[in-house]
Amino acid sequence: MSSLSIRHLLGLDGVPREDIQLILDSSDTFLEILDRPIKKVPTLQGKTVVNLFFENSTRTRVSFELAERRLSADVVNFAASSSSVSKGETLLDTARNIEAMKVDIIVMRHSAAGAGHFLSERCTSRFINAGDGSHEHPTQALLDMYTIRQKHASLEGLRVCIIGDIAHSRVAMSNIYGLLSMGAEVAVCGPSSMIPYRLEQLGVRVFSDIDEALRFSDVINVLRIQLERDAGANFPSVREYLNYFGITRRRLDKLGRDITILHPGPINRGVEIESEVADGPYSVILPQVTNGVAIRMAVLYLIGTSAE
Amino acid sequence: MAAHLFTNGHIVDPVTGIDTQLDILVVDGIIERIGAGLPAGNAEVIALDGKHVLPGFCDMHVHFREPGFEYKEDTRSGAASAAAGGFTAVACMPNTDPPIDNAGTVAFLYKQAQGLAVDVYPIGCVTKGRKGESIAPMLELRDAGVVAFSDDGSPISNTKVLRIALEYASMLNVPIIQHAEDPLLFKGGAMNESIVSTQLGLPSISRLSEDTVVMRDLEFTAYVNGRYHLAHMSTAGAADAVRLAKTRGLRVTSEVAPHHFSLTDEALRSYDSNYKMNPPLRTAEDVRAMKEALRDGTADAIATDHAPHAIHEKEVEFVYAPFGIVGLETAFGLSVTELLLEQWLTLPQLVEKLSTNPRRILGLDDIRIEAGSKANLTFVDLAAQWTVDVERFRSKSRNSPFHGRVLTGRTLGIYNNGQYVPST
Repeated sequence: MSSLSIRHLLGLDGVPREDIQLILDSSDTFLEILDRPIKKVPTLQGKTVVNLFFENSTRTRVSFELAERRLSADVVNFAASSSSVSKGETLLDTARNIEAMKVDIIVMRHSAAGAGHFLSERCTSRFINAGDGSHEHPTQALLDMYTIRQKHASLEGLRVCIIGDIAHSRVAMSNIYGLLSMGAEVAVCGPSSMIPYRLEQLGVRVFSDIDEALRFSDVINVLRIQLERDAGANFPSVREYLNYFGITRRRLDKLGRDITILHPGPINRGVEIESEVADGPYSVILPQVTNGVAIRMAVLYLIGTSAE
Repeated sequence: MAAHLFTNGHIVDPVTGIDTQLDILVVDGIIERIGAGLPAGNAEVIALDGKHVLPGFCDMHVHFREPGFEYKEDTRSGAASAAAGGFTAVACMPNTDPPIDNAGTVAFLYKQAQGLAVDVYPIGCVTKGRKGESIAPMLELRDAGVVAFSDDGSPISNTKVLRIALEYASMLNVPIIQHAEDPLLFKGGAMNESIVSTQLGLPSISRLSEDTVVMRDLEFTAYVNGRYHLAHMSTAGAADAVRLAKTRGLRVTSEVAPHHFSLTDEALRSYDSNYKMNPPLRTAEDVRAMKEALRDGTADAIATDHAPHAIHEKEVEFVYAPFGIVGLETAFGLSVTELLLEQWLTLPQLVEKLSTNPRRILGLDDIRIEAGSKANLTFVDLAAQWTVDVERFRSKSRNSPFHGRVLTGRTLGIYNNGQYVPST
């Protein structure tokens, strides 16, 4: 098959394995384009993409924008304050006004979980979710899976552990759905107060001992600890976090074998991961960023051209 | 003189114990005769053909939004919605603007309700301005005609205020209706905490918020021998606590909203804000516990928590949408479909939950379907199947998650205050 069964990419929950497979496979082609001297193809020429960002984001927006421009789409960036309500205009009115200007794809980031679901049922454009609250961030998970696949050939049976504040992480949730769908064994590790309620019901192993989690894993995906939000609320201090959950050189030495380390960024060096580890031989953090552009090109292409 | 003859109605009245098919002649609001083959004379004849005649339903928990939010609902539109849903009496929560915390506002509401077929009873605030800090003038409010006290929409969290309120109200024999919620556990929550909230990434409200406040409140009720009514009970834990309190002989009653015995939080997967209410939709286990509670008498009443909101308020991101749904016009169909047909309740038991018990909790007179009594009646067709259509609602608002749902059991009309109001 060569087209997606889904009309929008709102999340990876419920997305068929074939669709994920197609996105990952298609990204090979786009990654190759990124290494050319002329990094541009006419795939989305004449299509208009709006980046509708209600939350601050630099890297995700830049990654999407580069992907869009390299596909020759016309790109409009729309940054709004975090709450549409506070602006006086509703989200629906904002989206309908943008649509009235005849656009094809809306890439949206919003602080409210389900904002993409809400709009996609009331609008005609294609939606790509670039992060909605604590719900999902599907393109991040796809680029994570793509990066893992570069190192490990197949996701089937691979043991992947997501480490950190799982309860507030859209990246974790999308990774869990995507990895499970692709046949990986998935675990999470973090302070118990940062594990979402009843997560194990999804078929995920839950660790609260980091060394045990490392022994389980072929791959770890280390999440950013949101210092501004969490310190003092769900865990006592940064010091305690680094000591008990941080990915340190000492811990990896003790493990005594290879492990692949991902991080969705931005990194808090010395909080969830030591600099030496982030820059070390097991880290695939920078390849993740490169792959992000390729994955988003694939998603934009496939969503932009999938059947009605 | 206005006379109505209701012919061949199947009368079921748990108070008088009547359960038989007869004619009822009503003249100027009073039941003049009950019997077989009554002559019509110049009475208007309404042929019931074996459909049921029940004591008028009473919804002890509605939000009619007046004064302050008349764009959502007002006394007249709310009463029309109640009549269409088979209710002859409602009790209005005081979370209005200004709140109902003084005799003047109570008098205003009685004036707004004058001449209506539906009796509209105000509930007064427990605390001044619903601020939770000091108790409202309850004696004055009682004399002005309030039937209960509640800060509904907000819990009474200050335990000192809670104790004083229960003590003060106990001398009036008027219940304190508690919206049981722990504000710290609740804060920012939008749905029940479960695997569904984990998957949807929505901020959640754990059942602890309700369970622990109910447990605490019941100890206060026991200690001061107060009268406590739990509004919109939604968790298995709260039901267990109330059940135990009743065996201890406490003066405690409770109500369940139709959505809490008919929907679970699984419905939220659509991110449709018409499934957003407070307390939130809970799990299948809790839904079953609500049905058990209604069956064994732990839950005394079915009350809708009718909470109208304008479309523009609900058509927003889920977390920003206000809590609440309209419920008056679907309550009976849901009760028949979920409780009667599934044999959780018999018809007389259902009548107790919809009429007898809520009236007794509020201190209203029993309805007696017998000659010489005031005619306060609800006519229903237990077998009729119909599809909920929010566009046909008499309420000003349309925020119902039941649009399109096929229900069994439909109200045909009400008779109260000398007026016959057909449902359609």
